[in-house]
Amino acid sequence: MQDLFFYLFAALTLLCGFLVVANPFSRSPVTSAMFLVVMMACLAGLFVTLHAFFIAAVQILVYAGAVMVLFLFVIMLLDLKEEDRRKFNAFGIGAGLIAVVGIAAILIFKVILPSGVGANKQPMIEGSTVALGRELFTNYLLPFEIVSVLLLVAMVGVILLSKKELK
Amino acid sequence: MMQVGLEHYLVVSTLLFCLGVLGVILRRNLLVMYMGLELMLNAANLALVSFSRFNNNLNGQVMVFFIITVAAAEVAVGLALIVALYRKRQSAHVEDLTSMKL
Repeated sequence: MQDLFFYLFAALTLLCGFLVVANPFSRSPVTSAMFLVVMMACLAGLFVTLHAFFIAAVQILVYAGAVMVLFLFVIMLLDLKEEDRRKFNAFGIGAGLIAVVGIAAILIFKVILPSGVGANKQPMIEGSTVALGRELFTNYLLPFEIVSVLLLVAMVGVILLSKKELK
Repeated sequence: MMQVGLEHYLVVSTLLFCLGVLGVILRRNLLVMYMGLELMLNAANLALVSFSRFNNNLNGQVMVFFIITVAAAEVAVGLALIVALYRKRQSAHVEDLTSMKL
């Protein structure tokens, strides 16, 4: 049953990821953003099959919620519509496709599969929120505080960047 | 059908990462290139969570927590940069942003 869910969510994640980058029916950024939301939700499903329930919830809340709303706001602000008539550079596309397929083939068939990294490893850990919180507030307390400072810096930076003119 | 193991998750993560790279290479719209970056970050998150589960070590999930936070900050700053750029050049296309080209 769990394997079935893995294959379902993995196929949906990859399909939606493909439709984000190369949708054959539409070049609109809004379509890409919508498929990105579906991709995030399916990835949260994959996290649930890995028993990482807290990460799955955060994925939905932060990515599918906050980040995608930000994306859609910016698309709405910029009012992008003229990219449909641009033509592509065929040589660039060919070279890019070959490079990416090469990277994927090397990673899968030369690195992951021969390494036997998952041989006789049983899924053990349960990503319970209690254990994760304990880890976060004991061993990782300093990085946690630094991340909060980083968020503050990002907030100030965004306000500064989006002001019309600095006085 | 064989038992789903660590390799399955890693293969899915690799393919997702390559889709992200493909998006950055193929698309010429800055916003869609940004979505490709998000795909790559999510692929890394999937690999970290699966390593965490199969190696009986919770540190991977803590790392994913930090990555999600940093990615949210990164998206906010990046989109603000794109908006500022659009205000100056009236375009979000990489081909129109060549003023630093020699």
